[in-house]
Amino acid sequence: MNEMRMPEMLLQVRDLQTHFTSFGGSRVVKAVDGISFDLRAGETLGLVGESGCGKTTTCLSIVGLLPAGARIAGGSIRFAGEELTTKTQAEMRHIRGRAIAMILQDPMASLNPLFSIFTQVSEPAYYHQKIRGRPLRERVKELLHSVRIPSGAQRMREYPHQMSGGMRQRIVGAIALSGGPKLIIADEPTTNLDVTIQAQYLDLLKDLQEATGVAIIFVTHNLGIVARMCDAMAVMYAGRIVEHGPVRDLFNAPKHPYTRALLGSITKLGSKEPIYAIPGQPPNLARLPPGCAFQPRCAAALPICAMQAPGIARHGPEWTARCWHTESVTKEIHDAAIA
Amino acid sequence: MTPPLLEVVGLQKYFPASTGSLFRRKAGWVRAVEAMDFTVGEGETLGLIGESGCGKTTTAKLILLQERPTAGTIHFAGTDISALRGAQLMEYRRQVQVVFQDPFSSLSPRMRVKDIVAEPLEIHTDQPRAEREERVAHVLHLVGLQRDVMELFPHEFSGGQRQRVAIARALVTDTRLIVLDEPVSALDVSIRAQIMITLEQLQQELGVSYLFIGHDLATVAHISHRIAVMYLGQLVEMADSLEMCTHPLHPYTQALFIAALPAHPDVPYERLALTGEIPSALAPPPGCRFHTRCPRAMPRCAEEVPARKEVAPGHMVACHLY
Repeated sequence: MNEMRMPEMLLQVRDLQTHFTSFGGSRVVKAVDGISFDLRAGETLGLVGESGCGKTTTCLSIVGLLPAGARIAGGSIRFAGEELTTKTQAEMRHIRGRAIAMILQDPMASLNPLFSIFTQVSEPAYYHQKIRGRPLRERVKELLHSVRIPSGAQRMREYPHQMSGGMRQRIVGAIALSGGPKLIIADEPTTNLDVTIQAQYLDLLKDLQEATGVAIIFVTHNLGIVARMCDAMAVMYAGRIVEHGPVRDLFNAPKHPYTRALLGSITKLGSKEPIYAIPGQPPNLARLPPGCAFQPRCAAALPICAMQAPGIARHGPEWTARCWHTESVTKEIHDAAIA
Repeated sequence: MTPPLLEVVGLQKYFPASTGSLFRRKAGWVRAVEAMDFTVGEGETLGLIGESGCGKTTTAKLILLQERPTAGTIHFAGTDISALRGAQLMEYRRQVQVVFQDPFSSLSPRMRVKDIVAEPLEIHTDQPRAEREERVAHVLHLVGLQRDVMELFPHEFSGGQRQRVAIARALVTDTRLIVLDEPVSALDVSIRAQIMITLEQLQQELGVSYLFIGHDLATVAHISHRIAVMYLGQLVEMADSLEMCTHPLHPYTQALFIAALPAHPDVPYERLALTGEIPSALAPPPGCRFHTRCPRAMPRCAEEVPARKEVAPGHMVACHLY
């Protein structure tokens, strides 16, 4: 083994639980139900799952922007040595935009149509790094240049409606970089972009990551993006991480039937092989089945799957799965549960 | 030889564009579609691929007679559809249906599923109520829905199920051609695969033809027999689906393949040589419309419009390189 020191942990999420309560607390929906993962500086994690699996709620929990009715019910989020779950909103404002930035799906909704590009790109640098005047203008020009907006000096006086979709998303990228973040959370950043624009944007993010060493969490349902961009991937289903590990390992030998099914449902370019469709619908978090949440759709379900939720089994130093088939103790527990 | 089900020749659509000022002056024409030629055979799927603003949806609207072409003709089963009137026009509309991208806005929230699916029957046939209901139940069964969903409203369904209802509505009148305008783009991955499989099965069972419009190359290539690639209102390449995947010729098609996301992390990573974005259709570049972004552009490309050539049987490309 070489002696290179592993970069230190930037983000450590442990047993995070985020619940939505309604009807005065009489109904609780566990949108995030005990998830744990780590992220090192400069690393890229893909958070994969279908709509409603809790991936966006996980991200909003990290940045402290949960909607009304949602709260962190347990667990911890440590970012650069600090605990985020106990921070006040005022303290979080110093972290958001500076140390952690977000890129959202719809660039038109994340840009304010009434402010110029300069105002919006300069805001994090203005508030967090207290840059003013000419250096601020220089900084914005540099940021626009780094996200490949041509003639930035002129463009920064314009407004979002004067930009194309791809340009707007690059401006959102420039805003994210403006505060000099250590972590960028990108929530489906390319869903609204055309394929060639998407490829350009992904290339750009990769370059920016190499240049700045920022860590990225990619929230997506597109496994192609994960294959191209990420080091590790965490597959979420019904509020839990069902499998988590290095991207290559998961693509080569997925342990969880859900991961396997997701990979089987990708259409491979130029192949007419039949694709695999997962039967049924993604579950309703308010009415989860007993046992493993994936069991009603699972092709390999055992009797025990409907009774008891599986624990986490380890398959490699950084590879875990939550499935009875991968539990080393399956036999005994299985027999006990049946009995 | 019987004519193809749908034959499009020299199709062109210009939209008038006006300046945004108070006194709206005509500022020119948006050249949405130009010189489109293609056919769709009986029981065949033609994939139409391109980026936003390339004219794929305008082409669909022209076929659906929601817009009238500026020039060119569309023949359906041998008859020119622009000449259709009255009963014949209704007959055409009965045989050609559409499924839109967003199943949340394409189904009326105030109608029950049985009424949504039965509406085309009400318009196009004079079947008695009981017979209509039987037909609706049959079509719902074909798309994989149970009879008991008939009384439900669209909000009680997930996106995938709604898209099934939309497909059922498109099929109910013994349809011969369905225009599928990005039918799976709004769906989750696992559901996307379900809908694709359903569409393929329906085609095998019923022999219906599809015009499948999409921007995701892998999806379009999987479902289509032939693929047509559009750029800025023009057809740049057309070929058999597998031929296109193995030998894409036009630099734009090649760029689309490079931009397509890999199915595995070990797929070698290639940087996209394409820069910039699609120019405005208001003032398309002279010569080859792609030359402003083309990594292999030559001086000639800026001056001369490339003619469409057949480089291999059934493989057409419009590029000066060939």
